[in-house]
Parts: sequence; structure tokens; C-alpha cells
Amino acid sequence: MMVFTFYLFAISAITGGLFTVISRQPVHSVLWLILAFISSAGLFVLLGAEFVAMLLVIVYVGAVAVLFLFVVMMLDVDFAELKAEMARYMPLAMLIGLVILMQFVMAFGAWESAHGVAENLAQPIPTDRHNTEALGLIIYDQYFLLFQLAGLILLVAMIGAIVLTLRHRSDVKRQDVIAQMMRDPATAMELKDIKPGQGL
Amino acid sequence: MIGLEHYLTVAATLFVIGIFGLFLNRKNVIILLMSIELMLLAVNINLVAFSSFLGDLVGQVFTLFVLTVAAAEAAIGLAILVCFFRNRGTIAVEDINVMKG
Repeated sequence: MMVFTFYLFAISAITGGLFTVISRQPVHSVLWLILAFISSAGLFVLLGAEFVAMLLVIVYVGAVAVLFLFVVMMLDVDFAELKAEMARYMPLAMLIGLVILMQFVMAFGAWESAHGVAENLAQPIPTDRHNTEALGLIIYDQYFLLFQLAGLILLVAMIGAIVLTLRHRSDVKRQDVIAQMMRDPATAMELKDIKPGQGL
Repeated sequence: MIGLEHYLTVAATLFVIGIFGLFLNRKNVIILLMSIELMLLAVNINLVAFSSFLGDLVGQVFTLFVLTVAAAEAAIGLAILVCFFRNRGTIAVEDINVMKG
């Protein structure tokens, strides 16, 4: 059962990744990317990393993929034109992909674990705690500074994204609160006494 | 039985697919960003697999930070993309040679 589940998630993750890259429509690409993320979350659950798996679903599928979807739908781009040259780059892409794949194969073929690695673990996985509880204990204890820095990175990213995309259009009428509050009847309107039978 | 090598193979395949996508979609920045996300996902799979098979929790902590940086990178990248599209009306990266650098 475990083997079957692994192969299910692995094959759907790789399929999702492949179709993300070669799909013609960017919206389809985002949906395939979501498939890849959800399958990887399944792989993480198989590995016993439940917290990271749920985080992957929440952060990637819930935030990043939706952000991609928004941008794809917001931009009015002729994607067919952008895809037209895909065949031109195919040989180069295949070549570089194959070279890197061969390097991975060579690295995996010669790989072995270092001696005495089992005695030198930084944080052994506790057997009496859940994954989330154990992670929380070490994040808020040993890695607290890094955790704060991660928050700072997110804050900077948020401010940066807002600053980059914020624009003040001059052709749109806006509410000017200060001007509204400084108005008074004496300057705002002028009373005219119009005599009957005459115009202004 | 599923061993560490199986997970490493999945991660390596996803990483290579990400690089393949970088070279295949030279013009479309959105797909380029998605390829980078795929590569970071492959790195995360590696980290979690080693963490699980070595019995060391730090790999999962590191995955959290990679995830954070990936999310921030996607947000900034898409913001730059939207900004660029407003100014130029296209997202073809090959046209970004204004500075002739």
C-alpha cells in the first residue's frame, strides 16, 4: 500500500511538473503546478513530515498558486505568440536537461552517507511527540532568530510588492479628506439675491 | 520498500524539469517563475527526505525557510512582472535589454 501510494504521488508530481512546463495555456500551467504541489505534499506525509506537507498546501496552493492565477488572468498577453518559439529552444533545453540529469545520476551513483552521521544529529526526531509539536519546540527555541528573520523577509516582500504595484492615476477622481474637512460654508458657496423678473 | 533513493529520484526529476522549463520558455516570465518554484519544490523534497531517513528534524526546519523565501520571491517576481507589463505592454523577457548590460 505504501509503495503504491508513493508511486501514485511521485508520478502525479512529475506529470504535474512536466505539464507545467510544456502546457500551452498559462492557466493550465498553474493548475498543473497545483497538482505537483499537492502530490509533493502527499510525499511529505509519507515521509512523516505532516506539518511541512500542510504548510505546502496552505502556502503554495492557497497563496502562491492563486497569486499566479491572478497575474495570469490580469495580464492581457498574447501567450500563443510567446509560445511560438518553444520549438526553437527545444534542442537546447533537452541537451541541458540531459546534462544535468546525467550529473545527478553520477552523483547518486557515488553517493554514500558519512561515517558516524547517526551519532551527530543536530535535532533527532523525537518518537514521543507529533511532528508539529516537535518542530514548534525547536523552531521557537533553537531557531528563534532565524524564524524572526523569515518573518522579516516576508514583511519586506509584502512592502516591496505593494510599493512596486501601487500607482496613483491622475485621471481618476479621488476623495481628498483634508480638502473636505477644510471646507466651510463661507468659502464653499456664494449666496445671490435674485430679484423677481430679472436674471443674474 | 521505498528507500531514500526513490525520493531523491523524484526530486532530481522535478529539478531537471524545472531547468528544462527555464530554457524552454525563454520568453514567458510567468512560466519561468513557475519553473523556479518547481526547482525549489524539488529541493524541499530532498531536504525532507534526508530529514526523514536520517532522523534529523533540522531538515524540516530548513524546508520552512526555503518555503518562506520561495513565497517572498514569487510575490516580488510577480509584482515586478505586473509593473513591467504596465510600462511596456508585454512580458517578453527578451525585450528587457534597455540597460544594454
